[in-house]
Amino acid sequence: MLQLYFPVLLFILVGIGLGLIMLALGSLVSPNRPDPEKLSPYECGFEAFEDARMKFDVRYYLIAILFILFDLEIAFLFPWAVVLPEIGIFGFWSMMIFLAILIVGFIYEWKKGALEWE
Amino acid sequence: MPSVATLAFDYVPALPEIVLLVSACAVLMIDLFVPEPRRHVSYWLTLLSVAATASAILYVFHNTPVRTFGNMFVADAFGDVLNFLTCLTVILMLVYSRGYLAARGLFRGETFVLAMFALLGMMVMISANHFLTLYLGLELMSLSLYALVALHRESGTAVEAAMKYFVLGALASGLLLYGMSMIYGATGTLEINRVTTIIFGGHANRTILIFGLVFVVSAIAFKLGAVPYHMWVPDVYQGAPTAITLFIGTAPEFAAFAFMTRMLVGSLAAVAFDWQGMLIVLSLLSMIVGNVIAISQSNVKRMLAYSAIANMGFMLMGFLAANVNGYSAAMFYVVTYVMSSLAGFGLVLLLSRAGFEAENLDDFKGLNQRSPWYAFLMLLAMFSLAGVPPTVGFYAKFAVIEAAVDVGLVWLAVVAVLASLIGAFYYVRIVKLMYFDDPVDKAPLAARSDMQVLLSLNGLSLLFFGIFPQQLMGMCVVALTRSY
Repeated sequence: MLQLYFPVLLFILVGIGLGLIMLALGSLVSPNRPDPEKLSPYECGFEAFEDARMKFDVRYYLIAILFILFDLEIAFLFPWAVVLPEIGIFGFWSMMIFLAILIVGFIYEWKKGALEWE
Repeated sequence: MPSVATLAFDYVPALPEIVLLVSACAVLMIDLFVPEPRRHVSYWLTLLSVAATASAILYVFHNTPVRTFGNMFVADAFGDVLNFLTCLTVILMLVYSRGYLAARGLFRGETFVLAMFALLGMMVMISANHFLTLYLGLELMSLSLYALVALHRESGTAVEAAMKYFVLGALASGLLLYGMSMIYGATGTLEINRVTTIIFGGHANRTILIFGLVFVVSAIAFKLGAVPYHMWVPDVYQGAPTAITLFIGTAPEFAAFAFMTRMLVGSLAAVAFDWQGMLIVLSLLSMIVGNVIAISQSNVKRMLAYSAIANMGFMLMGFLAANVNGYSAAMFYVVTYVMSSLAGFGLVLLLSRAGFEAENLDDFKGLNQRSPWYAFLMLLAMFSLAGVPPTVGFYAKFAVIEAAVDVGLVWLAVVAVLASLIGAFYYVRIVKLMYFDDPVDKAPLAARSDMQVLLSLNGLSLLFFGIFPQQLMGMCVVALTRSY
């Protein structure tokens, strides 16, 4: 049983080994002459414009959360569609109830203006 | 194994939950089209929905357990009684908090809908016959409660409380799921009544089972707010708007009690000896820590939070007797604690008004001069929480102590009596402030008449059931014996 996993072990070892060898060769063989100009942070070739931790519009969160909700719904619909012949009318109505509850949420967010971008 | 396509479930046992789900969705939709000045339409619809749910529970009341949805859902007398009481508690909470919410801009459809979804989560928890159903209900309840705590989003303390509640709640959920997975590993099933059969049949891996049990008990202790899993309780009670504190401190206690009963009695009764030891520690620590720390609180909400911790310790003392007497004493304790707590927080809400939070002990000074009747109701609530006869709290404490003594835990009973003596100090201090001090705040007390009537009934019921506890106690015994 356990020896079936030997190829996996071999693969892991070779993967780690190869990665280590390439990193080690790169740092050993390449020339390394740092100076302050090379080490300073830059942005597209210029000096950094501003702090990376800047404020951004909270609306992105809202859109992202709503996107995840409906994206997950699609992820749920695909397997349902594939097995629909087997789960039959019961499966069909289960999904309809699920979608009905989801639509309640959709109408709510729409009416509350969460989808307006101004 | 029937093919999935032919599964025709019996939906009638879940009628109350279905009614609540449909009406919560309907209220959410209707509220969108209700103009702001007519917000009370949503409020009345919410009350109507919860009342309809309560009637549905009475309509389908089960004297013998019925299991449906592929053994995931159970409807029995125990569940029906607790579901009904939870609905009543939510109705009282809505009526008590109306004025408070309106004065703070929280009288909104979202509050009502979240309260209904929290109620639905509690009912699903109470009716669960499967670990996953239990978890689903728990999450629906908790997520709605986190949102309710954070609803007053301009308030820094409310947001902080919600954050703490959320992070620690997520941790507890993780513990619970881990424990459940261990129990699944030991027994090979997630169905609550089958877990018992398998353990009694001797087919369970005991080491893994006990390992899982430790995590499950921790999660239960977290939900009950028992020491040492109590850290969230004072902060959440203090930070949340008082109306939401009232909600968190009452209805979820029923759900947490049902959660504990379903898990420990329904599925893990065979290892009662093991969880008894764990509950003794939780009970002992909660009674001592809760009562001692409550003394030094000057904030009423925080004091009531420590009082909740201490009272859950007393409840656990009855439960850990692990027999029908103990379980019914614990159930009686929860019911009466919720009644007293509703009255106590109801009065805190009543003393608050627009721009003023009655949070400090000093706000209770001279309440007797401002309104003798409200002072009397608060006196009943405090005496009931402290366990002073003839209020119902006395009989509840008596019943749990008796249950502990019956199983030979005399030392625990002695500690409980000492702890409640210490606790009596901070309850009686409020009574002293109300009757023997002069008022600092002289504003007239205003409340809607429906709140006045219900709050008075609530307070008087503490006295009534204290003098005639047999009916209520009998109901708890019958609910448990018909279900387990």
